[in-house]
Amino acid sequence: MIYREVGQFKTDYKSDSATFPIAQDRMGIAVMLVLALVVVPLYGHYSSNGEFFINGVMMPFMIFSLATVGLNILMGYAGQLSLGTGAFSGVGAYACYKLFTYFPDVNIILLVLASGFFAAGVGIIFGLPSLRIKGLYLAVTTLAAQFFLEWCFIRVEWLYNYDPSGAIIVPDIMSFGFVIAGPRADPVVKYLVVALLVIAMTWVASNIIQGRIGRAWMMIRDMDIAAELMGVKPLAAKLSAFAVSSFYCGVAGALMVFFWLGAAEVESFDINHSFLFLFMVIIGGMGSLIGSFMGAAFIWVLPIVIKFLPATFGVEVSAATVEHVNFMIVGALIIFFLAIEPHGLARLWQLGKEKLRVWPFPYA
Amino acid sequence: MEMLNSIFIAPFMDMGSDWSFFIQVLWEGFVQGTLYALIALGFVLIFKASGVFNFAQGIMVVLAVLVLVGLYELGVPAWLSLILTIGFMGLLAVGIERIVLRPLVNQHDAILLMATIGLARFLIGAGQFIFGGENRAMITEEIGLPVGASEAEMFEGVVFFEHLDISAVVIAALMVTALAIFFNKTRIGRALRAVADDHQAALSVGISLNQIWAIVWFAAGIVALVTGIMWGARSDVSFALEIIALKALAVLIIGGFTSIPGAIIAGIIVGVLEKIFEIFWGPLFGGGVEAWFAYLLALIFLLFRPQGLFGEKIIERI
Repeated sequence: MIYREVGQFKTDYKSDSATFPIAQDRMGIAVMLVLALVVVPLYGHYSSNGEFFINGVMMPFMIFSLATVGLNILMGYAGQLSLGTGAFSGVGAYACYKLFTYFPDVNIILLVLASGFFAAGVGIIFGLPSLRIKGLYLAVTTLAAQFFLEWCFIRVEWLYNYDPSGAIIVPDIMSFGFVIAGPRADPVVKYLVVALLVIAMTWVASNIIQGRIGRAWMMIRDMDIAAELMGVKPLAAKLSAFAVSSFYCGVAGALMVFFWLGAAEVESFDINHSFLFLFMVIIGGMGSLIGSFMGAAFIWVLPIVIKFLPATFGVEVSAATVEHVNFMIVGALIIFFLAIEPHGLARLWQLGKEKLRVWPFPYA
Repeated sequence: MEMLNSIFIAPFMDMGSDWSFFIQVLWEGFVQGTLYALIALGFVLIFKASGVFNFAQGIMVVLAVLVLVGLYELGVPAWLSLILTIGFMGLLAVGIERIVLRPLVNQHDAILLMATIGLARFLIGAGQFIFGGENRAMITEEIGLPVGASEAEMFEGVVFFEHLDISAVVIAALMVTALAIFFNKTRIGRALRAVADDHQAALSVGISLNQIWAIVWFAAGIVALVTGIMWGARSDVSFALEIIALKALAVLIIGGFTSIPGAIIAGIIVGVLEKIFEIFWGPLFGGGVEAWFAYLLALIFLLFRPQGLFGEKIIERI
């Protein structure tokens, strides 16, 4: 009833092939954008636990969503299994740090975007085996990438400017007259930068996926031999998938270090983070951009809920127990989703929308 | 010139200068390789019979030995703990078959793989929840494993052979023989091989897939228990073993996913080469190369012989 498209006519091909043809969808996107860019910053600025909300919930949500979009491009749209997301994010983070060391006067946002290209390069190198192997075997090569890059982050001391602690610390960075990163920066300002960047990059990803390259990826995912027979160049398609995916992961890693954590050590990009992103993709729904956001929200918010829900009933839960219960719930949910709804939360959302179309009737 | 010398000549000079040390390194690598092979064996069993790569094998190893040590700490005598743990692994196998495998019959390989990743996550959480995350000591002597070491004098030096390591190699050899006999000579073993070949054909001949899967996961569970005991005896029982199990992936790539002798041989190769590379070439890289050397080997194999040394050639059908 709310969601029907009655009365919405398309008078030319351009509007018919729009990404969001239904006006209610466009309204929904507008509402979400207003929420993300206006309501949340205002809440963060004026509310008492606003800073925790921004730093602990919204900012990591945005950053993880970006990385999940990257992994989703590789796994959901191009069909290549990857366990190296954490390491690719790390490459972006360390690249951004080195770029900042060499070019401290260039705008940090440009540096973040540039560091994505370094991550893309590394992604292409470790994606080269995908031309000969696929599936589980490819997962092993990405695992190799993960461990090897982790080792590089520790051993190649040039990466963290020979600091004895092995960690990188982000100093105050000015941009457009604001302190945009570092200890003195206002969390709301940092959040706005991150949110705008994530929204812009998601828009770009959406367009790539619906274009020629994205369709080539999906053809490769469905049956790569048939795709090759139909004229899709597997080299270009697979490597571009790795490149774009690693670009997104790299930018997410740079954002993670420069805007969220303010510092990084090698554990920030270890195999546990790779698994975390994998779970976000699976639970959110493979091959779905909105699924990436949902998956990231779910996986990130779950431990917070587990921690605070019993507290509202007066039961104290230790941090260790939270983590263990978190693992159990995530593991059980993965199995549950894979058995019941392999396309994850995104499909559930789609089903909900379809039900909304005919509501209050059970079927049209 | 200096670099070429240090890569191609100096390590071999080091090897040649102290033969007893080299033999010691070889032995250590051999034992480590046997342990990798044991982990890989569990993977191979399940992959051979159900075609699913069991990401949860590592945590099964940890859980098995945690239950064993946990029961012992509760006061149960060692031999009874062993039997009860075997029973627990059986229950776990049946549970996994019911809850994870049965709803996902006929799904794509990648879906099953991700389901086992989810299973691994769940078991890690459950294990830490029930047993706590701290390290425990293995009840080596109580279950009858020998301790102490023997020395052998050779090449003007002394090589130490720990009795535990010797027993690890012997037990691994016995286990492989037992599994080989099981697969080739018994009716259930034949049924397992039939299921590995083609699920539908096996069903049409009257083999109960659910039973076979439960049996296979139980067998893998027993292998996991033995692996856990041997690993736990050499270093404490901790959840770090779960990450070490990932190295078995590299072993499997080199040996072939469906071959038991392949897992053993590849495990030994990986163990020996890893140790030699770490000791003699490691200082060039600043140490710590053990973390990724196995994967580098696996990568080279993947590019030139993806089915591994003993695996079946992968034929793609449209």
